[in-house]
Order: sequence, then structure tokens, then C-alpha cells
Amino acid sequence: MAPGLHLSVALDDTGRHPSTPDDDSGLHTSTPDDGPGWHTSASDDGARFTPEYWVELVREAERGLLDFVTFEDDLGPVGRLDAVLVASRVAPLTSRIGLVPTVVAAHTEPFHLSKAIATLDYVSTGRAGVRVRASGSPEAARHFGRREITADTPLADLLDETADYVEVLRRLWDSWEDDAEIRDVATGRFIDRDKLHYVDFAGKWFSVKGPSITPRPPQGQPPVAVLSHASPVHALARRSSDLVFTTPHSAEDVRTIGAEVEGLLNFVDVVVGFGREDAPESDAFVFTGSPGELADLLVEWHAAGADGFRLRPASLPDDLRVITRELVPLLQERGVFRTEYTATTLRGHLGLPRPANRYAA
Amino acid sequence: MKQIHLAAHFPGVNNTTVWSDPQAGSHIEFSSFVHFAQTAERAKFDFFFLAEGLRLREQNGLIYDLDVVGRPDTFTVLAGLAAVTTHLGLAGTINSTFNEPFEVARQFVSLDHLSGGRAAWNVVTSWDAFTGENFRRGGFLPEEQRYERAKRFLDAATTLFDSWRDGGEFAYRDEHFDIAGKFDLPRSPQGRPIVLQAGDSEEGREFAAAKADAIFSRHATLADGQAFYADVKRRLAKYGRTPDQLKVLPAATFVLGDSDAEAQERAHEVRRQQVSGQTAIKFLEQLWNRDLSEYDPDGPLPDVDPVVGENTIARGRASVRQHRDPLATAREWRELAAAKKLSIRELIIEKTARQTFIGTPSSVATQINDLVQADASDGFILVPHVTPGGFDVFADTVVPLLQERGVFRADYTGPTLRSHLFGEESL
Ligand SMILES: Cc1cc2nc3c(=O)[nH]c(=O)nc-3n(C[C@H](O)[C@H](O)[C@H](O)COP(=O)(O)O)c2cc1C
Repeated sequence: MAPGLHLSVALDDTGRHPSTPDDDSGLHTSTPDDGPGWHTSASDDGARFTPEYWVELVREAERGLLDFVTFEDDLGPVGRLDAVLVASRVAPLTSRIGLVPTVVAAHTEPFHLSKAIATLDYVSTGRAGVRVRASGSPEAARHFGRREITADTPLADLLDETADYVEVLRRLWDSWEDDAEIRDVATGRFIDRDKLHYVDFAGKWFSVKGPSITPRPPQGQPPVAVLSHASPVHALARRSSDLVFTTPHSAEDVRTIGAEVEGLLNFVDVVVGFGREDAPESDAFVFTGSPGELADLLVEWHAAGADGFRLRPASLPDDLRVITRELVPLLQERGVFRTEYTATTLRGHLGLPRPANRYAA
Repeated sequence: MKQIHLAAHFPGVNNTTVWSDPQAGSHIEFSSFVHFAQTAERAKFDFFFLAEGLRLREQNGLIYDLDVVGRPDTFTVLAGLAAVTTHLGLAGTINSTFNEPFEVARQFVSLDHLSGGRAAWNVVTSWDAFTGENFRRGGFLPEEQRYERAKRFLDAATTLFDSWRDGGEFAYRDEHFDIAGKFDLPRSPQGRPIVLQAGDSEEGREFAAAKADAIFSRHATLADGQAFYADVKRRLAKYGRTPDQLKVLPAATFVLGDSDAEAQERAHEVRRQQVSGQTAIKFLEQLWNRDLSEYDPDGPLPDVDPVVGENTIARGRASVRQHRDPLATAREWRELAAAKKLSIRELIIEKTARQTFIGTPSSVATQINDLVQADASDGFILVPHVTPGGFDVFADTVVPLLQERGVFRADYTGPTLRSHLFGEESL
């Protein structure tokens, strides 16, 4: 049953964060991983602010041969370490698993983020991705103090700005051709400057000249992901992303949503709290049964068109261990999940080819 | 005897870095950074240092292609290095003009947690519209305001660093920033990250005296160093600080050899690698602010004068801003060239490619120690000319001699950068 399903895990503090309210915009774009009020094993002892905590989680996920992990982030009031830095801190201590930090488009500089993700791709030798997130959070906007975002800020504006942001990330990644560095001692030239390109992006929200200060990353373009609960965001995903996290609640839903995100790798989000009785509210489907039952569900939804899944452990590290040590072997027995890594890059795991450079002649 | 502080500067985007040497490796692959940082840690250096530039340099409207071009993202490299080192400080140059305090404070507190207290921030103030074209804000900042914004930026960031005392609640407002909310991260392991400053102007020196833990200077020779050292240390009292609270660390280069003669010969070779004929002409154009491509690098200096005013020939180069009075500088260069009978290339080698320390390991150890003991500095930020192996020999030969003389640590005595610089783990 090649190529099988893809599997990833969302790492968010100690699991689904207990107290993250959704936007009052109700747009599901800024804090979409709003979670149930579960209390978790590693909660308040500060472990999640140590590097060891993150290294152990990602190594565990790598033992389970997962495609990638995502690192949650926002610029709001919930205390989190910067996701790109966490991913980079983990990268040299892992070797195969994809590393996908979240970045918030509304307040950060696409120039900085483009080189940060490119650099993560260098640090991890080809395992970087990025999840880009719009933010309708008034609190995050106050942290920057440069503009006001309120419940009345149009969703379309936030999404358009995010699409521009991704466009700039991608142009900057392509702004160096792969063979731009020539080190030609005879002529004294380090680069062939004809292979470097201004990106000359001018949009409604910002303009960026380029080229990047960082050469094209190993994967050419690290895969871009968007989380989407609703049609306008599906449209953003189709415009901007390589893969999309969606939140269907049934196999039928998987089919319907699948049609809307046609052409993208569709990763279905499932909140997972094995054996829990207190079923919480979430935008994503909440699963509380046994690993065997989850394997059944994933196989069924895979057949309905889901390319893969992003499991969101309710409790870290406990639910992650059940995923890697019990769920994964069950999926392997059924022949729907890899038994060893066959690629070294995130694109390789996902079956995505290395893209051509838009600027190359 | 004063204890020496040493830092390792990863060679960057300028003609000091020799990419044409057969020993030169990648300046982008992470393995280069690992090699470089692990050597510095083996040598018990205080910290690893990364410079930053936010737009590729241009000359005559074209991207400059004679030096190394391109570099990785500062924070991302430092976070990766935190995984492969245990004690080495991790210092990153981060601009206060093209960033926002909440984001930068969060990145530095994250880096401090992820490294167990080894983060340092070199606050630089490049402001120009050319660089601004890569950012949302654009080139909005008049030069006179660069340190004003830097000061406020650092004040705002410090409010955030300290906000753990109030459960993360913060509010900061002045004419540059108006921010409030919750900065909900635990106290940074060092209390606050170490702050470095690298500007040379009057305002830059005041900024350092008021706010920095260390100053990265250009003044590495005896007389020049002593004057600078005395100047910045004298400024501290006005801010209620003592001289040992600000370390003076000039940038310095070195060339080693088995004998002094061999080292001199190697230094000469390195200078010619650093300054080709083409490089010499490009350098001269940056001061002259006009196209000099018709001139012979092995011939005399131009007798036309520099074009005074905004430099339109070279962009994105700090060196352009060093020439505050181009006419006077040109006159001085012509006099020097005439007196010593130097060609353009020889003159540029003389002006730009002088190695600070040349000699056997023993004589270099002596030179370094003598400068520190004579209060020309508290140590050095050393820049080798080759990546990534530029410190290998230094670590194995010079460092043990400094250790034998009791002027450099034999091992780290604390886990944080603050402990290497000031003997205390955190504020
Ligand atoms: C030794 C030294 C190193 C510097 N490194 C950088 C750098 O890596 N990136 C940067 O943008 N500016 C760098 N600068 C520029 C200064 O930090 C400063 O922002 C600029 O020179 C303007 O300030 P000033 O007029 O006080 O010198 C450096 C300056 C010095 C003296």
C-alpha cells in the first residue's frame, strides 16, 4: 500500500494548552490550536523552557519515524520559547525528522523569517519547513505597538497580508540560484552576480527589495504549511502552501474538505488523548480511544483522501510515547507506514520534488 | 595581573576573509560553524561572535562580488550552536533599527534558556534607507536618531527582560515605542543577556558607557587602544558604573609562524590574498566616491579628488561611513603613498589589511598579554582569515601559553557567559 500515510505530531508546550482562548475575531486564524482544559504531566515545572525537554520530544518522534514535528508559536500572552530557535536547537541532535516551526506573519519581518527558515534548513541539512500563521490577536498587536488589530479587522486583509508574506519568503529563497557561489579564483569573483536576483516585491502591506543575504536553502524551498478550518483560509492555503492542516470531523468531512484543498498535501489534525474520559472541545476532531482504534480511524480517513495526519497530543510527553511506541507499530503492521526512513530531507519524506528556481534562466 | 578575555569572530563579509585560500571552507554550511565554535570552546574562549548585515553590499549599482557574499541568520545559527557546545558564549549582532523590542527580547530570552545562559546581543544601529528597503518600516530613520532609537529599544527590551518580576506584565512607552501586555517567559538564566556595543562615534561610546557589558572596538594598537580604553572607561562614572563593568574588546587579526620571519612572510602573503588589484581599486572607489576602474592598481593614486557628499558608489558598507572627511583622508593617503612610494594596491594593503598580531605562538601570546596589561584592552575579539579552521593552530599553541602565564583561564569556572566575563552566573 505504498506510499502510505504521512504522520506528524504537533508539539505545543506540554500538550494542548489549557488556557488559549480563540480570537475574538472568531476567525480561527490566530490561535487555531485552541485547546481543551486538560492538565498535563509536565505542566508547571518549567521543563518546557529547557532545551532537554524539546530534544527528548523530538528524538522520541524521530524514533517513531514521523515525517515531521510542528512547534507551536504565537506572539500573544502565552509564554513560549521562540519556535524557530527551538527547532534550530534540536536540529543538530536529530538527523532525519522534519522540523516545522510556526511563524506569525502579521508583526514579523518576512526578510528576517525567510533567512531564519533558510538557515534552519542549513542547520538541519534539509529538514526545515514552516507553518505560517495570520494573527488576528489584539494582544499580539499591542506587544508590537505598530498597529491596532481588533475584532473588526477584516479577515480578508489578514489573509492577503499572509499570502504576500509567503510570496516574499518564497521569492527570497529563490533569490540566489543554486550555483551562484562560484569562488572563481582566476577572476577574483566569489559569486556570479547574474545569478542573484532582486525580488522587488511591492504589495499593500510591505515591500521588500532583496536578494536574501542567505543563499538558497538545501531544499530550495522548505515546505510551507497553513492550518485551515474554513473556506477563506483554504483559499490562502491553495495560494500559498505546500501542505495544509485541516480539521474534518468524519470521513465524509475529509472528502469534502479534500476537494477544497485539492493539489495540496492534506494533513488532518486530530487531538489525541489516549483513554481520556473528559472529552474536551476543540476545532479539531478529538480522539480519546485506544491506539488500535486510532489506527482504524487513520486508515479509514486516509482511504477517504487524507494524505497524512498531524496528531496533537493532549499531554506531552505521554501521548507522544503512545503514538511512537504503540500506534506506529500498529500502522506498520497494517503496511500503511514506513518501517525506516527512506529519505533525508523533509521534502523527501513528503514525496515533494525539489522545486526549480523561478529566477533561473 | 589582569585576566584576558577572548572571543572568536566567525569571518564574514569583508576582504579580511580569504575565500580563495585552499584551506577555506564553506561560510554557510552548519558544519563550518560547528567546527569553528567547538575549537573556540576547546580553547576556553569567552564567546563566539557573529556579525550581521541586512542587505548585500553594492558598488556602482552592482552586487559586490569580490568578497564572501551571503551569511546565515544570526539567531538560528546561535540556537543550533547551543546544541553542540556547553560553555561558549553565543553573541549575535542584531540591529535595533530594523527590529521590534518584543520580538528581539523574546528571541534573546529564548536563546538564553536554550543555551543555559550563554546569550549576548551586539546592539548595532545601521539605519540607512538602502538597508531599509528590505523591511516593512523602510528607511525611516534619520542618522541622528539611530542611537536614540537604540537606547529606547534597549530600554524596552530591558523592561521585558525584567518583567518576570511582575508575572510578565509589562508596559513601555516613549516617543519611539508604545507597547504593553504579557511577556510570559521565565527569568532568563543570566538575568538578562549580555549586551555588547560596536559603534565608534561619540554617541556610540556614550551608549556603551550607559548600557553595555562589553564594547567591540576597532582600536587594537597600543597608543590608539589605550586612548580608547581610557576614554570609554572614564565615561562610566557618570552612569554610576565602575570600570570593570564594561569590558573593552577590540577586533584583532593574527598570523602565526614557526619563526617570526616565517610569520612575517605568511602575513605578507595573506595581505595579498586579501587585497587583489581589483579589490584595491574597489576600496579606493569607496573613499573617492567615483568610478576608478580605469586606474592601474600597480600605479599611483588618482590625482582627482574624492566626490564629497552622499556616497553613491558603494552601499551597505560600514567602511564608507568611517571616512567622515574623505578629502582629508585622501590627502593623508596620497602623502603616505608618496612618502613610502606605494602603488594603489600597496597603499590599500597598508591601510586595510594589517594583521594585529604576527609572530610565533610565544610572541603572539606576549603581544596579546602586553596590550591587556597596559590597559589597551581587556582582551580581543579575534578574527581569523580562514573559515572554519582559522583557530585550530591558535587554540593548540597560543592559548596554552597564555594559560601557563596565568593570564587566561585553564577551564571555565561557571556555566554562563556572564560568569566568564564577570565571575557571576547571573544578575
Ligand atoms: C568593530 C565593529 C564591528 C561592527 N559590526 C557590525 C555588524 O556586524 N553589523 C552592523 O550592522 N554594524 C556593525 N558595526 C557598526 C556599528 O555597530 C554602528 O552601528 C555603526 O558604526 C554606526 O554607529 P557609529 O556611528 O557609532 O559607529 C560595527 C562597528 C564596529 C566598530
